[in-house]
Amino acid sequence: MKKILILGGGTGGTIVANRLAHRLRPEDASIEVVSDSPLHYYQPAQLYIPFGEEDPRKIARSERKLLNPKVHLRTETVSEWLPDKQALRTAKGETLSYDYLVIATGSVPCPEAVEGFVAGADHFYTPEAAYRLYHKLSEFEGGRLVVGVGGIPYKCPVAPLEFTLLAEAFLTHKGIRSHTEIVYTFPLNDVFQIPSVVPVVRALFERRSIRAETFFNLESVDAEKKVVKSLEGTELPFDILVMTPPHKGAPFLRGHPMADNDGWVKTDRTTLRVNGLPNVWALGDTTDLPISKAGSTAHFEAPVVVEQIEAAITRQEPPPGKATYNGHVTCFIDAGYGKATILDFDYAHPPAVNEPDEFRHLQKIAFNKLYWYLVPTAVI
Amino acid sequence: MEGIKITKESDARGSFCPGPLMEMIRLVRSANVGDVVAVISGDEGSKKDIPAWINKARYELVGMEEAAPGGTRIICRKNH
Repeated sequence: MKKILILGGGTGGTIVANRLAHRLRPEDASIEVVSDSPLHYYQPAQLYIPFGEEDPRKIARSERKLLNPKVHLRTETVSEWLPDKQALRTAKGETLSYDYLVIATGSVPCPEAVEGFVAGADHFYTPEAAYRLYHKLSEFEGGRLVVGVGGIPYKCPVAPLEFTLLAEAFLTHKGIRSHTEIVYTFPLNDVFQIPSVVPVVRALFERRSIRAETFFNLESVDAEKKVVKSLEGTELPFDILVMTPPHKGAPFLRGHPMADNDGWVKTDRTTLRVNGLPNVWALGDTTDLPISKAGSTAHFEAPVVVEQIEAAITRQEPPPGKATYNGHVTCFIDAGYGKATILDFDYAHPPAVNEPDEFRHLQKIAFNKLYWYLVPTAVI
Repeated sequence: MEGIKITKESDARGSFCPGPLMEMIRLVRSANVGDVVAVISGDEGSKKDIPAWINKARYELVGMEEAAPGGTRIICRKNH
């Protein structure tokens, strides 16, 4: 019997585990998920916590209850990966062996990587940080709000844009927009990394008087003087600073021979195999692929990994076209005021973006509620 | 670029915007003042984006040269 280890109890790891449990017979393979948390977080909901629209206590559920009963769940932290021995070591000192390995350990926000960030900046990339920001925004009486991206790559590329637009609507509803300046910073030469998205965002920013500061690569935060500084020499004063922290891969992957220094795993863009290894795959935020680190990426990648593992175990060729990933990603952009738009793209087709409307907003809200029943369970 | 001693160079061929630019920013961050760093990019957009960033950050664009096969070497001095 083959042993399949899946690292990570997020969207990617859970879908792969549940799909494999449906496809393989228990006598053919054992399936085990190794996660450092017993909880599964729906991370896109964190965006809404600062505005009081989500309860941080309600965005996580039991990973055990989301997994097929045939999947074993081990709650432990992986500390070392030994590809030559087809084994992993855990923080408790146990050794886990595998025949097939799936790495879906995601990305980790690292505010401590920037001088002054922890003392002077806020973010919404953990439930705790988002809740602290909720209190700060509730007590805010106007001034200068600076929102920005503190390093590329980061989780959910549209989230800082969404936060900026939602904050503008929130401050308007609160009656303090007229005496609040909003500045959005981005590391590149424009407001977003996908050129076809830029005109729509630029138009929204202009209509809502949001100023963009581009080529702003976060260098440090002076918490005492309330000034954020860029590598390019720009200094921006702020009353509230909401920065997307730099992100890294899981600690055990940083500097690993199969990953780069930041822990992004070397992954083939179509097969999702890791660095030429025949029995190891990576998906979701974990990879070094130049695509969005987003739940939808993991969602669309998972079936590709499953097809290849099933083919390897049953010694059959995978169905044509089903075992290759085409770069498909889907992201909503919530623009505030009950409107949203959607980006849908792949390696060959950049997104065509429409003006935000009510239908897409309702679609996003519905998806946020239905996620638990449809996505980790692999219904869709 | 004869006579120019490049301290660190990164071959970013095969990655596309913003990969080569982010690689240049990473090299400059880790360099000492006075160092010369270079990125080789196969992405046409880098010929515009990287010099624009060097100009914004007030570093010195030492030059650009063809780096066979299929790449351009963009050289920057961290002058402050």
